Amino acid sequence: MKVLVTVKEVAEVEEDFELDGLRVADQYLDYDLNEWDEYAVEEAVQIAEESDDDVEVVAVTIGPERSEETIRMALAKGVDRAVRVWDDALDGVDLLDVGAKTRLLSAVVEEEGPDLVLTGVQANDDSFGATGVSLASAIDFEWAAVVNALDLDADGGVANVRRELEGGVEELTEVDLPAVLTIQTGINEPRYASLRGIRQAQSKEIKPLALSDLGLDAAAVESDLVLTDVYEPETESDATYFEGDAGEQAADLATVLREKGVGAQ
Amino acid sequence: MSDVLAVVEHRRGSLRDVSFELVTAGADLVGDTGGDLHLAVIGGDVDAFAEALSLAGVDAIHTVAEGDEFNHDVYVQAVEALSEELDPTYVLMGNTVNGLDYAPAVAERLDLPLVTDAIGLQNDGGLVVTREMYASKVESTVEVDADRAAVTVRPGEWDAAEEPGEPTVEAFSFDLDESRVRSRVTGFEEAGSGDVDITDADVLVSVGRGIEEEENIELVQELADALGATLSSSRPIVDNGWLPKDRQVGQSGKVVTPKFYIAIGISGAVQHVAGMKGAENIVAINTDPDAPIFDIADYGIVGDLFEVVPELIEQFE
Repeated sequence: MKVLVTVKEVAEVEEDFELDGLRVADQYLDYDLNEWDEYAVEEAVQIAEESDDDVEVVAVTIGPERSEETIRMALAKGVDRAVRVWDDALDGVDLLDVGAKTRLLSAVVEEEGPDLVLTGVQANDDSFGATGVSLASAIDFEWAAVVNALDLDADGGVANVRRELEGGVEELTEVDLPAVLTIQTGINEPRYASLRGIRQAQSKEIKPLALSDLGLDAAAVESDLVLTDVYEPETESDATYFEGDAGEQAADLATVLREKGVGAQ
Repeated sequence: MSDVLAVVEHRRGSLRDVSFELVTAGADLVGDTGGDLHLAVIGGDVDAFAEALSLAGVDAIHTVAEGDEFNHDVYVQAVEALSEELDPTYVLMGNTVNGLDYAPAVAERLDLPLVTDAIGLQNDGGLVVTREMYASKVESTVEVDADRAAVTVRPGEWDAAEEPGEPTVEAFSFDLDESRVRSRVTGFEEAGSGDVDITDADVLVSVGRGIEEEENIELVQELADALGATLSSSRPIVDNGWLPKDRQVGQSGKVVTPKFYIAIGISGAVQHVAGMKGAENIVAINTDPDAPIFDIADYGIVGDLFEVVPELIEQFE
């Protein structure tokens, strides 16, 4: 069995930052593996560990060479090898839309032929939350979005999942395989990479693939969406702020709380 | 002229609030273009739902009596068939857990560009969508470079439509391809119902990522005890297993409306705010003066919780 897990290096923006055109200026960005993908990677590795059969876990990312350092962390946690899609045609694209990502990942799926694809629910940068389900539709896999428990019955050809709906309600669903599942945070406890894992990851393969390697051309990454403006949202706070040192702030807040009957036993 | 097809949502016999917000967003989008706003009601008690959705601004309601609950395979096929029939310029769906379970597949099958989690829509000859990036630190506008699009709208951003209207209501039938229905909903469960009911508390001390380590939870528990309050949390605390699921406030946790909500080290992500914005008084303690939690707070302390909270405990001992 083969499990393909999509991963993305995302930038987190520091508390104070400046914009540079349609981007956050680079010096205010910290790059890391997308939080949701940590859980998808862990789930894939656990499937491999718990299976009696041979399970290969392959990570796929769309990202520049810089992202290899981040992708290697997934390899250190038990992913067997990785595929990195990048192309000059992707340089300078401000917003790669869901359709373009789907075309790229579909081509990788065709190449790899996985039985199961795991993605994060969303990426923490542009937060579209749509690539997994779009991919499923394109490759004619079944799917389930926002999965917070997974019980895989590979022999029975079914994944029993829980989907985390709003309001603390979970939906229990049977999903026919092959499938794409988008993984929610909290589904497992992502492990820390061991020193041995980190050492082994150095010799694992991260295979770069350009558009032509996937039988695609520049038209595949043409986006129907154009980012036209990026700005800091206006803060609308009309809160009463308590100033001074921590002691003064606490005392002022305590006064308000007592006035309103809180903590006045 | 822009025609809009908006797909409403329901669960376990009730329409979801986002359905009524979709009517408002859809009517805005149709605007003065002379187009029509169509609603699709798929599954459940479609006649009762259609009646509840007979609102001003809606031109036509199409009911699809197929199944009791949401099933994405049915939704995708129904919306696809309706789109072929109605040829809408824009397909609007909710940016909910179920919305994200079918909208991307609808867009993929209809070959429509997809913009998710819209917080603003403008239609001046072309569609411009306002949305957030980088955990709400940045807002952006996205122009759709195509004649048509699929859009999911964030719940709570548009007012719920209330004014009654007189749309036409028609049953829509299509040939469901059963071989493409490859998932089955077998049940629902309430997540983590323990012995503490945070929806019942008058005062909630709520802790977020800013607490950094599991052993620091004790500090906020001490504050809750000193105030006679109940301890709740944002999602990361529950994801880490530091507090049980029944303590989680937010979209996927509980919706709470206490007299006082004291948010400690919580940045105020939209999913969290959805669960607590109805609190009578909101206090925020956070190191980041730009944290979105301050936008909805009544009282704010910009400061280090590890300094402020011990001082606050002392005030009540």
